[in-house]
Amino acid sequence: MGTFDLLLQGLMAALEPMMLVYALIGVTLGTAVGVLPGIGPALTVALLLPVTYRLDPAGSLIMFAGIYYGGMYGGSTTSILLNTPGESASIVTALEGNKMARKGRGGPALATAAIGSFIAGLIATLLLAFIAPWVVRFALSFGPADYFALMVLAFITVSAAFGDSALRGITALFIGLGLGLIGIDLQTGQTRLAFGIPDLLDGIEVTTLAVALFAIGETLKVACSPTHLKEEVEAIKGSVWMTIEDWKRSWASWLRGTFIGFPIGAMPAGGADVASFLSYSAERNFSKHPEEFGEGAIEGVAGPEAANNASAAGTLVPLLTLGLPTTATAAIMLAGFQQFGLQPGPLLFANNATLVWALIASLLVANLMLLVLNLPLIGLWVRLLTIPKPWLYAGILSFATLGTIGANAAVMRIWGVSFSFELLLLLAFGILGYLLRRFGYPIAPVVVGLILGPMAEQQLRRALAISQGDPAVLFASPVAIVLYVVAALALLLPVFLRLRGRGQLLGQLATDED
Amino acid sequence: MNKLLLAALVTGALAQPVFAQDYTIMAPAAPGGGWDQTARTIQQVLQDEGIAGNVQVTNVPGAGGTIGLAQFVNQAQGNPSQLIVGGYVMVGAILTNQSPVTLDNVTPIARLTGESVAVVVPANSPIQTIDDLTAALKENPGAVSWAGGSAGGADHILAGLYAQAVGVDPTQINYIAFSGGGEALAAILGGQVTVGVSGYGEFASQVEAGELRLLAISGQNRLEGVDAPTLSEAGVDVVLENWRMVAAAPGITPEQEAEINADIAAMVESDGWQTALADRGWVDTYLAGDEFKAQLAEDIAATDGILRQIGLVQ
Repeated sequence: MGTFDLLLQGLMAALEPMMLVYALIGVTLGTAVGVLPGIGPALTVALLLPVTYRLDPAGSLIMFAGIYYGGMYGGSTTSILLNTPGESASIVTALEGNKMARKGRGGPALATAAIGSFIAGLIATLLLAFIAPWVVRFALSFGPADYFALMVLAFITVSAAFGDSALRGITALFIGLGLGLIGIDLQTGQTRLAFGIPDLLDGIEVTTLAVALFAIGETLKVACSPTHLKEEVEAIKGSVWMTIEDWKRSWASWLRGTFIGFPIGAMPAGGADVASFLSYSAERNFSKHPEEFGEGAIEGVAGPEAANNASAAGTLVPLLTLGLPTTATAAIMLAGFQQFGLQPGPLLFANNATLVWALIASLLVANLMLLVLNLPLIGLWVRLLTIPKPWLYAGILSFATLGTIGANAAVMRIWGVSFSFELLLLLAFGILGYLLRRFGYPIAPVVVGLILGPMAEQQLRRALAISQGDPAVLFASPVAIVLYVVAALALLLPVFLRLRGRGQLLGQLATDED
Repeated sequence: MNKLLLAALVTGALAQPVFAQDYTIMAPAAPGGGWDQTARTIQQVLQDEGIAGNVQVTNVPGAGGTIGLAQFVNQAQGNPSQLIVGGYVMVGAILTNQSPVTLDNVTPIARLTGESVAVVVPANSPIQTIDDLTAALKENPGAVSWAGGSAGGADHILAGLYAQAVGVDPTQINYIAFSGGGEALAAILGGQVTVGVSGYGEFASQVEAGELRLLAISGQNRLEGVDAPTLSEAGVDVVLENWRMVAAAPGITPEQEAEINADIAAMVESDGWQTALADRGWVDTYLAGDEFKAQLAEDIAATDGILRQIGLVQ
């Protein structure tokens, strides 16, 4: 039987009423937890594992997949409207999305995120169904040296893409890199910069930093400038829906996002956040309206949102074909498979074909369901912006605090006083976020540094350890060389363009993305 | 907060009206990992078999379990309804993190499960047997790269013990730490490293599919249905099992300790527990009371020794 017949058969199974109910529960729950900062799909799936033990395996796996897709989508809503990213993968969405929302274009921003996620999910799921075995071979060929080259590419394109002043951007990036050093070093087991505080042993949680810098920093800034409170925000200016112009500008970004997101999601050390960063810088380079970046460019929402959804599907490639979980959610879904006595891996497609194809088909169903659920709600969501500011920011503060405590329940006790260290961090980084804004430093590079820094360091050290210290290994594979060439182009092309007298355009990239 | 609420809802829905001890089990790890699964399986079986009334699981992740352990010792003092799940990884983490709180601060109840660490190579590797691996290691220890979990964990300790047993300086081993079995698996399958060490479960499906060659497993006995010798049979005198245990609060009375022991013993004997073990591929290594305490002390001493030799603990 061909792949296509199997997929059709899977679709028949996934369209059974009970399966549809599971998918619906999954996407609804997923969207809800995606909205809450800190509480992500991984946590939700883990908490549901014992409950689903008694359910039918196909149904619960379909529900988990729905949660995963829903979470990827839900994170974008708060990013766009409240400048509070729910997941690390939707940090970039906040940059352009929130600017759009403030200009009364929240509706189109949400719509392009929803439709982009749908299209990316659709294409990526089909890719998963048809070319998974080849993709996985390609992903496995990536060694530590290649990953390091990928990180270098991400660093260069991302830091070049943020902010008007390279110096300020790089300063912010290095704050993030410094924060990334905190904690136990994976290669040697030694503690770095933790100052004897046990809560710092595992490093700084990315969501804590992101929520603090974006949400708390923003709240402090608003609170410190009374004029901000009086400023009227127009929730809707023009149409709530995307205009023809918006469609024209979005479709290519969706496709680019998809083709960046899917392979990176399939890589064992890739991830949705890396994919969304790369997509953002790609959009910035390809856009016909680079001057709008930092002011609310729709491409900057469409691309990264498509990329993070496509990478969610990409994650399922190594999970289903190799039994290799590449994200926290995938790891917990693996535990879910094992709970039902299924062993994902090369033999899963042979031994449990019906189940696998039903799962893949139900991803298509969940994807469509997300679109149907979310498009009509956009009109309602954007009304969030009309809430009076003091209430809105009070709400954001409680959201951020609850999410942070929910994800890190550890309580410290010093001199008889119990407190949550994570909340202290949230507050401290919130103040940092305020100061960065106050003095015109971009926020995003700090978070990017924290995410990419440790990855780059580990990959570099692994590569050098395997080669026993010979640096030639870094340039030994064709993949790495190609990535370095692309990085060099990304670095030199703007200089070249400026020399050709097109500097005016780049000069207008002046941004302040708070 | 939300987690507690959800957990309360979940347990509320499943609880049966029995008049038995209530328990709160801390999993000192994020949801989904081995300790969390162990805690949730205990929760489920204790409730289903009517051994306990209401059982809740809380997660306090971080630093190899030492953050959860510190909070447990602080808050559970003398409280017989508080349990914590832990394991071999915690023994290493306590030593490498110089944790102020150790397993001496809790009341160990029983070892529940154990998993053998497997030594594998990619299918196309020239290394066919443990003897080949030993020969390669003796020739040039640096040229043999070992992929496994984080530094100081069971996988790393096994690599150190292996080197020691075959007469190679353990500080010379070229151990590449990955953040989890999955990432290590990718590097092994991709031929980036020479040899992989991780829990057998992480490699099982690849071994069955012929993508990886299983050289040996580290346990006391061979695994049922798995065609590979133990390390001792293959001539390397090392036995290591990555066990998981359950412990109770510090400062409880001997009577309270005996009661908890009885509940856990009843759980281990139940059909529900045995089915859960089979479903998850966990090996029953139940050992309780003073025998477990003696074994634990032995494991701690051995781990301390090897971690010092590898140079992770000064």
